[in-house]
Amino acid sequence: MDELNSLFQGFAVVLTPMNTLLMVVGIVLGVLIGVLPGLGGANGVAILLPLTFTMTPTSAIIMLSCIYWGALFGGAITSILFNIPGEPWSVATTFDGYPMAQQGRAGEALTAAFTSSFVGAFVAVVMITFMAPLVAKFALKFGPPEFFAVYLLTFCSFVGMGKGSPFKILASMTIGFALASVGMDTVTGQLRLTFGWLELMRGFDFLIAVIGLFGIGEILLSMEEGLAFSGKHAKIDSKIVLETWKKLPKYWMTSIRSSLVGIWMGITPGGATPASFMSYGLAKKMSKTGNKFGTGELEGVIAPETAAHAAGTSALLPMLALGIPGSPTAAVLLGGLLIWGLQPGPLLFVEQKDFVWGLIASMYLGNLVGLIVVLTTVPLFASILRIPFSIIAPVIIVICAIGAYTVHNAMLDIWFMLLFGVVGYLFKKLDYPLAPLVLALVLGDKAEDAFRQSMLISQGEVGVMFSNYLVGSITSLALILLFWPLISKVLAKIRPPKKDEFEADRPIE
Amino acid sequence: MASSDTQAHESGEVKGPATYVVEAVVACVVMLLGVVVIYGSRELGAGWTSDGPGSGYFPFYIGLIMTIAGAGIFYQALFSKKGKNTDVFVDGEQIKRVLSVLVPAGVYVFAVEFIGLYIASFIYIALFMVILGKFSWVKSVIAAFCVNALFFMMFEVWFKVPLYKGQFDLLSSLGY
Repeated sequence: MDELNSLFQGFAVVLTPMNTLLMVVGIVLGVLIGVLPGLGGANGVAILLPLTFTMTPTSAIIMLSCIYWGALFGGAITSILFNIPGEPWSVATTFDGYPMAQQGRAGEALTAAFTSSFVGAFVAVVMITFMAPLVAKFALKFGPPEFFAVYLLTFCSFVGMGKGSPFKILASMTIGFALASVGMDTVTGQLRLTFGWLELMRGFDFLIAVIGLFGIGEILLSMEEGLAFSGKHAKIDSKIVLETWKKLPKYWMTSIRSSLVGIWMGITPGGATPASFMSYGLAKKMSKTGNKFGTGELEGVIAPETAAHAAGTSALLPMLALGIPGSPTAAVLLGGLLIWGLQPGPLLFVEQKDFVWGLIASMYLGNLVGLIVVLTTVPLFASILRIPFSIIAPVIIVICAIGAYTVHNAMLDIWFMLLFGVVGYLFKKLDYPLAPLVLALVLGDKAEDAFRQSMLISQGEVGVMFSNYLVGSITSLALILLFWPLISKVLAKIRPPKKDEFEADRPIE
Repeated sequence: MASSDTQAHESGEVKGPATYVVEAVVACVVMLLGVVVIYGSRELGAGWTSDGPGSGYFPFYIGLIMTIAGAGIFYQALFSKKGKNTDVFVDGEQIKRVLSVLVPAGVYVFAVEFIGLYIASFIYIALFMVILGKFSWVKSVIAAFCVNALFFMMFEVWFKVPLYKGQFDLLSSLGY
């Protein structure tokens, strides 16, 4: 029960008045980010990251992770009230959430969404509490080849599990790696791929890419659609909340199943969106009222929300224990850790006990605070979406510019942000996934270091990737995932697959 | 976006580049980037040096995969068995709306270089509201001022993160 002791120490670290205040501030900012078009979890955290430079790492991570929870909660508000999924993983929530709002049951839908988000996150945090130290302990044995194999697995699983053309996934990923290698080479100190442009010595910061790709790109997309919001009004009072809570225990099976789906999918990169769809599909299949799904079933809100939050939370497990983030937002948090001088990975659990357990404790408290905050302030946030887009759009562009500037205090970065915005707009329209690009940009240097060290050990023999059972099996799994688009085609010839009825609705991340 | 495209396409009113053309062009850009990366890493030394893999060793393979992926996308866009995607990528009305945000944003960033973030943002938000949002001047100026005052308090005063004031610091009288 070491974990429990450490956890209670973590609670002691977190429960200072200042940290509690930061938690509330973080949640409110996070919900705001989740509700506003053009700002999502990843670029929201990226923009607010510089604000935390002066804080202690523990306070900073508490605030940032609370922004993350807030953004996860906020996605549900826009999906249910406006039929606009704020985040890719809230798409499945619109299926039943929006019909409920149309029937005047918005309060019920929101309460169910928030509560099941909380449940999903809670189950996932419990899992992290007990699993993360074990994974970290196991990973202490990893050498460079093992780490490179895990990186390989991370990136290959994008190809294996992603939707759309595998070539586009590969293109997006390699662009990320190429951008990551621009600048000073960490091993030899040579300048790489700058083509004589000294300003590029710093390289491309992934925070700039995140702000441009997701922020500016999203604004351009919304502008193209000539967005006019028409939302349903929501009224949440304690009566609706209590009535909905009375109905929820009936769906305990759905909650447990969705949490498990979420946890399982969340550990793999980009897992939250497929998790929410898978969970919705399973609930539809298994529920007695499955045929009514899509017309405003409470269960159809519970299933995807629980899974999305469980996945979003468990994406932090590989980030903490291995230093490999499972989602763009987790990648931004990892970037934050590096800026505060903490090296994420197995050693974090040994060297920075206070920090790790403070973070885990803040996950418990942050979600609880989040639930209370969103339940009490939904009407306020819903009214933000009624502000005309011609005010919101320039303000968000200004916020993005400020965010891009503060990362390195460099003007050039604002231009890069704009450029990334155009790239994001084009890529989104052409169905290129953006998550692999961001993750490759974050992990590029570390993956390369692991690769070069492995090659040094083996003197250039690729066989080192199969030198023992552990690294061999991870590498094999990675290769299977890499060639999964081909393998599944072959399998489909032998045995026709079942049709995935939600395939068309699933967005490309 | 997809639905509005097809609707417009069916009514036969819109003109614009077909999606497969844009796909092919972007694929060519990806391929070109890949070739540039390969060239750059070969310059650096993509082979084995006396102290291990050279600086260009890893980027070389990245460039290689990028080129192959670009070629794959190019092939899929033009010669796919499912047929070309002839939907209109973006019609005149849409591109106008996109440019009406993008071009002012470019001008705004250019202005930031000279007059700094706060003043440029103030002018940008106010003009955006007046010209694109059809708000009155008074409302726009007040809204733009409030937003920037809030940013100023948040960054300069509360969190002590100084923002770019431009080459001509017009706010120097404030002392921040």
